[in-house]
Amino acid sequence: MSSAKPTKIALIGNPNSGKSSLFNFLTGLNQKVGNFPGVTVEKKIGYTQLPDAGSVEVIDLPGVYSIYPRSLDERIVAEALLDDQSPDSPTKVVVVVDATNIKRGLLLLTQIIDLGKPTVLVLNMMDLAAKAGVSYDFIKLSQKLGVPVVPMNARKGEGIEILKKELSKAESSSAQPVFPIWEEAKVPVQKLREQFHLLNDYQAYQFLEQPQSLNFLSKEKQQSIEQLRQQHGYFPGKFQGAETIQRYGYIQDLLNEATLKQADFAWKNFSHKLDKVLTHKVGGYAIFFAVLFLVFQSVFAWASYPMDFIDGLFADFGSWLSVTLPDGALTRLLAEGIIPGLGGIVMFVPQIAILFAFIAILEETGYMARVVFLMDKIMRKFGLNGKSVVPLMSGMACAIPAIMATRTIDNWKERTITIMVTPLMSCSARIPIFTILIALIVPDTKVIGFFNLQGLALMGLYLLGLMAALVSAWVMKKLIKVKERSYLMMELPTYRLPKGSNVLLTLVEKTKSFVFEAGKIILAISVILWVLASYGPGDKLTNAEAYVMQETANMRLTEDGLQDRIAAYKLEHSYAGLIGKTIEPAIKPLGYDWKIGIALITSFAAREVFVGTMATIYSIGSVSEDDQNTIKSRMNQEINPDTGEPRFTPAVGLSLLIFYTFAMQCMSTIAVVYRETKGWKWPLIQLAYMSTLAYVSALVVYQLLK
Amino acid sequence: MPEKEKNVTMMKPGEIAIIAGFTDAEISAKLMEMGCLPGAAIRFNFKAPFGDPVCISVLGYELSLRLEEAATISIMN
Repeated sequence: MSSAKPTKIALIGNPNSGKSSLFNFLTGLNQKVGNFPGVTVEKKIGYTQLPDAGSVEVIDLPGVYSIYPRSLDERIVAEALLDDQSPDSPTKVVVVVDATNIKRGLLLLTQIIDLGKPTVLVLNMMDLAAKAGVSYDFIKLSQKLGVPVVPMNARKGEGIEILKKELSKAESSSAQPVFPIWEEAKVPVQKLREQFHLLNDYQAYQFLEQPQSLNFLSKEKQQSIEQLRQQHGYFPGKFQGAETIQRYGYIQDLLNEATLKQADFAWKNFSHKLDKVLTHKVGGYAIFFAVLFLVFQSVFAWASYPMDFIDGLFADFGSWLSVTLPDGALTRLLAEGIIPGLGGIVMFVPQIAILFAFIAILEETGYMARVVFLMDKIMRKFGLNGKSVVPLMSGMACAIPAIMATRTIDNWKERTITIMVTPLMSCSARIPIFTILIALIVPDTKVIGFFNLQGLALMGLYLLGLMAALVSAWVMKKLIKVKERSYLMMELPTYRLPKGSNVLLTLVEKTKSFVFEAGKIILAISVILWVLASYGPGDKLTNAEAYVMQETANMRLTEDGLQDRIAAYKLEHSYAGLIGKTIEPAIKPLGYDWKIGIALITSFAAREVFVGTMATIYSIGSVSEDDQNTIKSRMNQEINPDTGEPRFTPAVGLSLLIFYTFAMQCMSTIAVVYRETKGWKWPLIQLAYMSTLAYVSALVVYQLLK
Repeated sequence: MPEKEKNVTMMKPGEIAIIAGFTDAEISAKLMEMGCLPGAAIRFNFKAPFGDPVCISVLGYELSLRLEEAATISIMN
């Protein structure tokens, strides 16, 4: 029956079992990231060459401790293994077990064996097992379990050839079930097997035990399971504990026979000593903040060079296109809409890559688990979870991958709150706005000898974002009335040196998913905005040149000056300009005029557009990074006609800064929240609360300071 | 009334004990999967700076638990 299906190998194992190392070694760069159908849990698929069998598909499933899932990630494993119709249903399973932690890994193995899937056991991290002095009789293990056993060191690729040879053998399972179905469950299991045409007792037993975790079951099937359960006085999870005990009993007997030498844990001494320092009352936090500081320094300092380079490259390409291609709407859409839009995405790649490189290193070494351990208590006070630290940290680069990183949080309420507040963390797209506005209203002087006042202001805005995130989380904790238990129960893995290729593959994968997921939306929006800003009612835009010539006939403008005027005139009379004027009454109390209104509109989809729009409105044609001084001086010269004073008073500048600290202003984030929460409810609430917070705060600031 | 049962939160760093049982069915199912079985030896390693969570050793690896989770594990010395 399975011979018709192409070979599909699933990698399954505990978290920290080295499963990803093995996946990377098997597939190399030949991997892609997709989504499991219906959910946004990422799935990694790759291809590997087997002797005699050619190229076969390999799926890396999320790390789990058992087939009973605890989080969204983990549910995928149960579904892939139990749903024969699933496109991810594997024909072969490789169970990766940490050889220094064999019992816990064998629990999962025995469950997979009982499902009747052809299985190979990989005993990974044999190098550490050797250090621990533990050794096993592999032949005996293999005989007793009825599955091939392959000792490996996946980080170095040792044992990979033997694994491939085992995998290219015919698909059959000679293993005997480990766990006999309970007497009470035999009748309903038999009935379920007949009804649903299941091939295996344990599979049917799982349907009976945890139908609530199996999304692939139709409503009718769920109902008939429910009926069966009532008939037989069966409730979900009734026997889970007893099953675990029975399995561990079997594993203990097995290891009593197959262990040649017991482990001694002296090799962990270094790790224990490190923990004394890294989780110390004072030292632990000091080190964590030093690490954070280092990460952000690198993200901002190192990324600025490639970012400038990319920015320049796209700007040059855009102007080259507009010169080279025949003039027309299509050329301008390409040169002024699509190319800058693409540039806006690619520009963030360096920051995202550096941030994820650091996160990957922190995770690989085992330090991230300690950060969760240190922060859990504090985060819970705000309705968050220790595991929220990673998304919040990532949010300082970009909210999109950060929100995707919340999937490891198993508690629904804590995960939702984390998603809701992550966009308040100041992301890299806010930097250009902050930079120019701060330069405008904060003097470039030093305080207390060496602190740069502008730098302090920037840091203040970051802290403001963080505080807003924590306070909002706390409010939501009070508002969301869901009683669901929250768990930590997390392994603190032994510290290890990070492996370069694993870090590299992680950052390639994350960056790719950012570029493609966010990229699609940013691109679409930039096209819409281009249309809004390039077209308008009447002939004002098509004949802009004539109108401007008329107005400025006796001003003796240079050619550049004239072009700038024309660009500004066009924007003023475009649809975007009209909208800006329409909303002026609403934003006047914040200290903004219709020109700033246009920038608010154009940056609604992506806040980084603000600076570019400002540049156009205050008629400075094409603007590159070096021209910031000119934008600044133009903005400085802008006069408020009502008062005769400069437009950008400290009150207006601060009001804008506060607005951009809190406002959502990012369509891609809305899109990713929609995907992650599977509906419009949460993204709309998020948009509403962040916009309200931004508007009210900016209003208060302006009214107090003006 | 019998004397109040001892649980993991009452252990001191470095102390070793045997798991006697659990007081919460839902949590115990997860704890047992992680290797915290009745009869298994555990060692209390250290607490996080605010006293919560705590870190124990079981089955030869390190596991962190919140106090409320640790409190559901009854122990005997």
